[in-house]
Amino acid sequence: MARSSSKDAQDLFRALWSAYAATPTNLKIIDLYVLFAVFTALIQLAQALDVLAELYGHREYIQEVPLEIVTLFKVVYMALVGSFPFNSFLSGVLSCVGTAVLAVCLRIQVNKENKEFKDLAPERAFADFVLCNLVLHLVIMNFLG
Amino acid sequence: MARKLVRLLALLFAVSICGAVTIPGPVSDAHRSAASELFDGSFSSLEDAYEALRVFEILAIGNKLDVSAATCQKVVEILGSSSPVKDLFYALKVNGILKCKVNGDVFKDIASRLKANVNDASTLVDMYYSIGSLVLIKDQASDVDVLLADADGTFHSIKALSQSDGRWRYSSDNPESSTYAAGLALEALAGVISLASSEIDQSRHLANILCPFLSILALLSVIQYLISAPCCQVNTVKNDILKLFDSIEKYDDGTFYFDEKFVGGLEHQGSLSTTSSVVRGVTAFAAVTSGKINLPGDKILGLAKFFLGIGIPGDAKEFFNQVESISIPLIVSLPATVYSLSKKDQLKVRVNTVLGSAAPPLTVKLVRAFHADAKDSAIIESKELQYDKKNGIHILEVFPDNLDVGTYVFVFEIVLDESAGEEVYATGGQIHVPIFVTGTIKVSKAEIAVLDSDLGSVENQKKLDLAGNDVVSFSANHLQKLRFSFQLTTPHGHAFNPHQALFKLRHETKREHIFVVGNTGNKFEIILVKYDIELTVGDAVMENSFLWPLGHVDLDLPEAPEKAARLPPLPVDPYSRYGPKAEITHLFRAPEKRPPQKFSLTFLSLTLLPFIGFLVGLLRLGVNLKNFPSSAVPATYAILFHLGIAAILFLYVLFWLKLDLFTTLKTVGFLGAFLMFVGHRILSHLASTSSKLKSA
Repeated sequence: MARSSSKDAQDLFRALWSAYAATPTNLKIIDLYVLFAVFTALIQLAQALDVLAELYGHREYIQEVPLEIVTLFKVVYMALVGSFPFNSFLSGVLSCVGTAVLAVCLRIQVNKENKEFKDLAPERAFADFVLCNLVLHLVIMNFLG
Repeated sequence: MARKLVRLLALLFAVSICGAVTIPGPVSDAHRSAASELFDGSFSSLEDAYEALRVFEILAIGNKLDVSAATCQKVVEILGSSSPVKDLFYALKVNGILKCKVNGDVFKDIASRLKANVNDASTLVDMYYSIGSLVLIKDQASDVDVLLADADGTFHSIKALSQSDGRWRYSSDNPESSTYAAGLALEALAGVISLASSEIDQSRHLANILCPFLSILALLSVIQYLISAPCCQVNTVKNDILKLFDSIEKYDDGTFYFDEKFVGGLEHQGSLSTTSSVVRGVTAFAAVTSGKINLPGDKILGLAKFFLGIGIPGDAKEFFNQVESISIPLIVSLPATVYSLSKKDQLKVRVNTVLGSAAPPLTVKLVRAFHADAKDSAIIESKELQYDKKNGIHILEVFPDNLDVGTYVFVFEIVLDESAGEEVYATGGQIHVPIFVTGTIKVSKAEIAVLDSDLGSVENQKKLDLAGNDVVSFSANHLQKLRFSFQLTTPHGHAFNPHQALFKLRHETKREHIFVVGNTGNKFEIILVKYDIELTVGDAVMENSFLWPLGHVDLDLPEAPEKAARLPPLPVDPYSRYGPKAEITHLFRAPEKRPPQKFSLTFLSLTLLPFIGFLVGLLRLGVNLKNFPSSAVPATYAILFHLGIAAILFLYVLFWLKLDLFTTLKTVGFLGAFLMFVGHRILSHLASTSSKLKSA
């Protein structure tokens, strides 16, 4: 049962991958970009958590608790304990998250499968993307302090 | 002799000793110059002229006003016509000073007119002017008969206006009484007596003797009225005067003055003119009657103080009142009240008339001198003071040997020489003057010791040398006592108890504990650690009062219990407000805890990992730039587009590092417009090429 399920899972992933391989290259680039942004955000989160753990000596405690709860707890903890690295951390993470969201939006608009945006030129979508990014990062820089 | 005693009032004269009796200085040159300014020679009436001339006469101002010609003309004019009595009165007064040439017949006319006037007059003021004028005529023209036929009647009619409290009414139909009027009435009464015929004068003496006996027969009031009218009226007037003096007003410093009780009369008089009027009246009355008026000496002295205390009045009328009143001379004089035994000072007494001129020959006697605390034991009795002619000072050459430092009361008396008998002066009786005798106090047997409190045994004792500035130092704990003793002796070897003997312990924090050194030991309750010791001894009669830093004492103390009351904080010295302020120490926020640098760098490189992964992913996807426009113009636009984006991002970095929001937004505005232009160009170019591809 266990073997068959892992085999099924492997089959499933393979099917998914082969299906994804058919995706146009420009969409793949955007996906890659989104992944890059998400991972950067995650690393920053991890860094913040680790820094905090280092600072406040809760490393063991963190390892015992599931990651999501730790994350949540840590974010709240940071809000409570002090804001000194908080705005920088937050702007870093939000920059990545915002970029990812914008990239996803771009991907939606550029995707030819989506009939809603059939009339919208991908160049126009890209212009929107650039503009939104500039506005987002102005805010981020302001918040960075 | 009786007459002489009465006339003592006329010229009051006294010894006062500087400081003790605070009589203002006598009339001085300041008065004279003020008089010259006030009375400048332009007079609206003869009353003004008289006041000016009289002031100049009293103050003996040499260069009299050169007004005699004009004024005399006016005087003669008024005397010749039938002017009101008041004008006549002042014209005669001026004439008394200027001695104008007036025809004797004129005086006769006036005299008869005035006599009729006296009989008809209903008001006190009329009576006053008429009688006053008659008295003046009597002085100026001896051949004119001015004697009143019915002196007793006139006397009675004036007396009828008097009130029970010694004041007078202006007229019989005016119920309000006035102190000022009392002065006028007394002067008028004095005039009546001097105008009475000589027989009456004689009978007065007789009556004076009889009066007490007649008073015994008071029940036979009819007889008394018929027989004793003049004499007893004189005596009742004297009683009136005494009553008047009962209503005298007083300041705290011993100044006496008269003031009107009621305010609002037509002719309201100030206290100066009222007092002046009363003094003139009483003096005139005393001058013409025999027998003594028992006025208390302190009140006469107080009146003199009042006149002199005014200083120099600014108003001509007031000036006249002041000078006129003190020209009935009252007192003044002044030497020092502090005598030093070590300097062998002489006791000096100066005697002056109130106008500051030298006194007639007289002897000053020191009746008694006693210590202020022991009134019964006199240290000096009846000594005559030597007169120093050169300085005009009476001197007590030697103080008796038994005179020690302290406060004494010296009692002086002035005895006039016989040769001064013609002019009569008031001496003011015995004069009490407080005198301070100072000397050097010897300090001896000064000792300071630390004692065990329970045993009382001396643990550490030190003698102190007074002359030297030796400094002692002790250490003690809270169980021990500090004993300090010294002895003060007067030059005569008596024990001396100073006003102030303070033992002061001053802590390093400037907190002071002051103990009054008494005859018994002090108990010290001290809760601090290191003290400086200081001794203060002082007294008014001590010439060598001192402040003496003794040294310091270290106290070994246990910790105060936690709940013990804390000493209140020292009050802030008000002068330190202007001194340097305490340095301000700024409290900075402690820097936040930050991770070590290596830690941060590690994570920086970690954040770069996804970027590398991104690039690798791009390579594996086979991304290329084939779609980049090949022709020149779109390529330029494409490059500019990317440069624009880069410029904006770089601007953001600058914003983060140093620029402010406004500069950034402005620049973003320009860059954004540029970026929009080139972006539109390149993207529309790309769109058109892709649509061409599609359609192809």
